[in-house]
Amino acid sequence: MARIGVFVCHCGENISATVDCDRVAENASGLPGVVHSVDYKYMCSDPGQTLIKEAIKEHKLTGVVVAACSPRMHEPTFRKACAEAGLNPFLCEMANVREHCSWVHEKTESTTQKAKDVVRLLVEKVKRNEALQPIKVPVTKKAVVIGGGVAGIQASLDIANGGHQVLLVEREPSIGGHMSQLSETFPTLDCSQCILTPRMVEVAQHPNITLWSYSEVIGLDGFIGNFTVKIRKKAKSIDEHLCTGCGLCTQKCPVRKIPSEFEQGLGTRPAIYTPFPQAVPNKPVIDKLNCTYYLKGRCKLCERVCPTQAIRFDQPDEIVEVQAGAIVLATGYDIKRTDFFPEYGYGKYKDVIDGLQFERLASASGPTGGMIRRPSDGQIPKNIVFVACAGSRDPAKGIEYCSKICCMYTAKHAMLYKHKVHDGTPYVFYMDIRAAGKDYDEFTRRAIEVDRTKYIRGRVSRIYEKEGKLVVVGADTLLGGQKVEIEADMVVLATASVANPGSEELAQIVHVSYDRYKFFAEAHPKLKPVETNTAGIFLAGACQAPKDIPESVSAASGAAAKVLGLFANDELTREPLVAVVNRMAPPLFSTCIGCFLCQPVCPYNAIEREEFKTRDGKLLKAVARINPGLCQGCGTCVALCRSKSIDLYGYSNKQIYTEVSALLDEALV
Amino acid sequence: MKIGFYPGCSVDGGSREYKESCRALAKAYGIELESVPDWNCCGASAAHNLNRELALALPARILSLAEKAGMTDLLVPCAACYNRLMLTQHELMKDETLRKNISEVTGLEFKGTCSILNVVHWIQKWILPELPEKIKKPFDYKVACYYGCLLVRPHKVLKFDRPEDPQSLDEVMKLIGATPVDWAFKTECCGAGLSVSKTDVVADLSGKIVRDAVYRQADALIVACPMCHSNLDMRRREINGYLKQNVSLPVIYVTQAIGLALGIDRKELGLHRHFVPVNLPEKAEATK
Amino acid sequence: MSHHEPLIRDSLSGKVLMNTEVKAERCYQCGKCSAGCPVVDQMDIPPSQLLRLLQTEIPSNDEKILRSHTIWLCLNCEMCIGRCPMEVDIPPMMDFLRSESIRRKMVNPKAGNIIAFHRSFLESIRYTGRLFELGLVLSYKSKTFHLFQDAGLAPEMIAKGKLGFIPERIKKVADMKRIFSRTLKKGVQS
Ligand SMILES: Cc1cc2nc3c(=O)[nH]c(=O)nc-3n(C[C@H](O)[C@H](O)[C@H](O)COP(=O)(O)OP(=O)(O)OC[C@H]3O[C@@H](n4cnc5c(N)ncnc54)[C@H](O)[C@@H]3O)c2cc1C
Ligand code: SF4
Ligand code: SF4
Ligand code: SF4
Ligand code: SF4
Ligand code: SF4
Repeated sequence: MARIGVFVCHCGENISATVDCDRVAENASGLPGVVHSVDYKYMCSDPGQTLIKEAIKEHKLTGVVVAACSPRMHEPTFRKACAEAGLNPFLCEMANVREHCSWVHEKTESTTQKAKDVVRLLVEKVKRNEALQPIKVPVTKKAVVIGGGVAGIQASLDIANGGHQVLLVEREPSIGGHMSQLSETFPTLDCSQCILTPRMVEVAQHPNITLWSYSEVIGLDGFIGNFTVKIRKKAKSIDEHLCTGCGLCTQKCPVRKIPSEFEQGLGTRPAIYTPFPQAVPNKPVIDKLNCTYYLKGRCKLCERVCPTQAIRFDQPDEIVEVQAGAIVLATGYDIKRTDFFPEYGYGKYKDVIDGLQFERLASASGPTGGMIRRPSDGQIPKNIVFVACAGSRDPAKGIEYCSKICCMYTAKHAMLYKHKVHDGTPYVFYMDIRAAGKDYDEFTRRAIEVDRTKYIRGRVSRIYEKEGKLVVVGADTLLGGQKVEIEADMVVLATASVANPGSEELAQIVHVSYDRYKFFAEAHPKLKPVETNTAGIFLAGACQAPKDIPESVSAASGAAAKVLGLFANDELTREPLVAVVNRMAPPLFSTCIGCFLCQPVCPYNAIEREEFKTRDGKLLKAVARINPGLCQGCGTCVALCRSKSIDLYGYSNKQIYTEVSALLDEALV
Repeated sequence: MKIGFYPGCSVDGGSREYKESCRALAKAYGIELESVPDWNCCGASAAHNLNRELALALPARILSLAEKAGMTDLLVPCAACYNRLMLTQHELMKDETLRKNISEVTGLEFKGTCSILNVVHWIQKWILPELPEKIKKPFDYKVACYYGCLLVRPHKVLKFDRPEDPQSLDEVMKLIGATPVDWAFKTECCGAGLSVSKTDVVADLSGKIVRDAVYRQADALIVACPMCHSNLDMRRREINGYLKQNVSLPVIYVTQAIGLALGIDRKELGLHRHFVPVNLPEKAEATK
Repeated sequence: MSHHEPLIRDSLSGKVLMNTEVKAERCYQCGKCSAGCPVVDQMDIPPSQLLRLLQTEIPSNDEKILRSHTIWLCLNCEMCIGRCPMEVDIPPMMDFLRSESIRRKMVNPKAGNIIAFHRSFLESIRYTGRLFELGLVLSYKSKTFHLFQDAGLAPEMIAKGKLGFIPERIKKVADMKRIFSRTLKKGVQS
């Protein structure tokens, strides 16, 4: 027999000013199964909780209903109190008579009546509650970080320094990401390589970090604390243990004219290459698409010159599965190329370049040795135009957002140019100068006041070539929209930052959501900026939205902190409010008919297939099974299942029906 | 083979060499160009400058008449008329009430079943297929293809190959042996609508176009619109005044250029009607 | 439309929205339209600034727009909308502003020629269904007293067979009368 206790709270006057609490308690005492019913000023206070605990013991309660505020705030409080008194916490329910009654209604008889009704429903429900045990899952204390830009590097180092194993997976032959391509960085103008290289080396040498470059994640299974990550290690055609990184092969390779990705096409590289001198790992890979041996079956020059016989033309791609407890996505961003701009020549003018190309021109290690020379003829441009917001804030081009970093790097470019070409004039066409950040506005003012950059407020309508000059046609809106034509020697478009081309695919592989621009979506824009909707997968850096280095690094450390917090536990405890597919004795096994229609609707991929077989392996029946580690208790599958085989613990169909009929019964009387 | 034809007033009048060359080309292909019965003026810029409904009703009547005559392909060589007809069809097809109102004004049903072709699309669909075999005398000149505004904008409705630096006219020219120059004024406005009322503006705008074509060493400007043609050809005196230089660069309709390559007689193509004489460099003509 | 925005606004910007679906507020004043406009140098108010005036919804600014030369110089070349990042459809807006300027009798004195030309053009269509070019030129010249401007062109045009002397008429001129009288109510425009 059920022995239910009802505890009605006044919440000071919050409830009692509108609801007649003692009458609610009195009414409850008459409900079938209720053996104890009281009201009290503050149930959540210590004496209030003691009241509940003592009643449980004294009246041997089998269920508790606290009529008070929303469960959001105090359900854990009261459940804990119940547990302390020896009652399974899931046998405690809350009737919300504050948000649902006193706060939303006037003081009338029907308000009190509604409170009575709400209590009655919960009494009926709690009678059918089952004692549940929290779910415990073990945690694999190893993290996989995907993407080795500055964000991935930072996250890896932080987790590794926290004492845990990290596998860093990088798609390219080297880590470093875009930051390794930059010349000097705003707002301090320190050299990018100089501050990044030590971090890259630290990654390579850290005992807790394993680095797999030239590798990609191709599959992900499991759940928080227990992921299985499938990774393709692309063949580098090199035995990494033998290779000493001497570089002889790269010097001798006869294929030399491949546009270098690292130099943004402004320089070339051989078919066997390390992307840049400070690369980590500093061992080459063979680009199979361009290697003469792979294309035509002869050459093998590198093999002949290699002093350690490290070249392996027959090396296959390797597919490896790794166990991990947490994943950090740090795959960064990309920028639009100049061919995205019809009005600026569809990319056909050599001297119209993008921001990363300018970074390479300004880099001491770049194709021009740090001299600003235009690509077409190597001349030093005397008039240079920077076009901000190129493609950003441009709904017509499908990119509505502000790319956030370009105002700053454009100011930086103008400065770097002026520092190198003293007699040149930098112009910047801009719409707004967005320089919110520590020392940022001061920085852009310096570009204007000290380095005398001509800022013109207006968008550029078009660029065309005429007599070896690039005519940039814009308007000065601060002069009322007057037309401005500048004959430039070179134009730099601060093109929009966009999601990495492979981001959508990766998001689908690891089951995280992404926004309409294909940047990965955070779980909450303010309160959960480094979490994703999938527990155990975190975000770092510019893969989430355009970010500069300080922001990328902060986000990376934030993600690392989340991972370390997770790894502080040996087991994860979760509320057992999950869905289950019923089980029964053979030959039925379950009322589930194995249609698996529930599988695709589950937003968390929690539904698996379970097969019952005879001893000799013959399949008897396949039915759905819900992985309690993944299920978030949303109930979508419950609503969908046609054979009514799925139930949600804590909100079972039976419980809900009873609640509804309790309400109807009364109404009918 | 018969296809619908809407000449429009200027092609029927002041720019009749355009019509003549269209017909000459069609004849060479055994195509009969059948004019829309009792066609009226589309109203051009004047109508939509002053009254929206009128600007829709005039083209709507033309399209309704063409539909009634069972025309499925309708060639509209004048880019201005083409633009008006396309925009009208677009507006009327997306708004049923408007379609009813306009039908009520014209007294004719409008279904939107005509496929309206500008001259480039017409050439691509009907002339290109057999072109290589038919060429008698390759048009071996450097040409600056001038598209103007009305053929390419608004892109959302007209969907001409690409909005900036379009290519299809250049591609046609390449097929007849010409070398299109890469130049900067393909789609800059020539001042069309202000031709009579603001001659100074026209001289300025058209002057810039002519100047760039000359700078890129083109032998001829290729056009597909009578308004562009008359601004660049008939107004050459004003243009020369603006440029302070006498420019003899001829302005040739795409249909005339193809006609020349097919060996059609100059007179049949109406070349004698141009203000700027069509004297293409001798060397090229002699070598072929 | 958000709940605090009245459906009909009395300002010129409100009328533009009602008649052309062009929302002046979309314009963020980047100036790209002015930069690319072929006639911006001749305009008294560049297109981007015209939008700014419209955004203010101040009667005196509305009047400035309707009295401007700009609205009559616009060629409807569509360059602005072709490149506007916010897709502010300026050309139909210009069409509307012109008719509004006529309706409120605020036509810029410098626009006389342009309107005279358009009117002569429409007159020709109204009475014959087609454009009679010689007639147009003569009618326009007589309207603007520019009798001798362009005089040099006509003889050569005639010599080259470009100008006909007899206006062509469509068969159902009545259709034209019907179209004109139903669209140009009260006959203001012609
Ligand atoms: C022209 C320009 C100038 C700039 N100047 C400055 C400046 O002066 N100061 C400043 O603070 N910021 C600057 N920035 C911004 C800076 O580049 C970024 O903030 C920073 O690079 C972001 O780091 P990230 O690690 O998030 O991404 P990224 O640098 O993009 O790194 C991402 C990494 O992930 C790898 N990756 C991608 N996809 C996969 C995959 N599927 N699997 C495995 N690996 C993958 C990539 O190869 C790359 O190594 C500039 C940006 C530009 C475009
Ligand atoms: S030559 Fe051999 S050892 Fe040297 S970098 Fe190349 S593969 Fe490595
Ligand atoms: S950061 Fe500046 S340049 Fe970049 S999109 Fe935003 S406003 Fe434009
Ligand atoms: S309750 Fe939701 S999360 Fe759980 S298995 Fe069903 S659909 Fe998936
Ligand atoms: S281009 Fe568009 S957004 Fe920019 S000023 Fe002109 S109308 Fe406004
Ligand atoms: S349509 Fe009018 S405002 Fe727009 S660019 Fe052309 S002339 Fe200028």
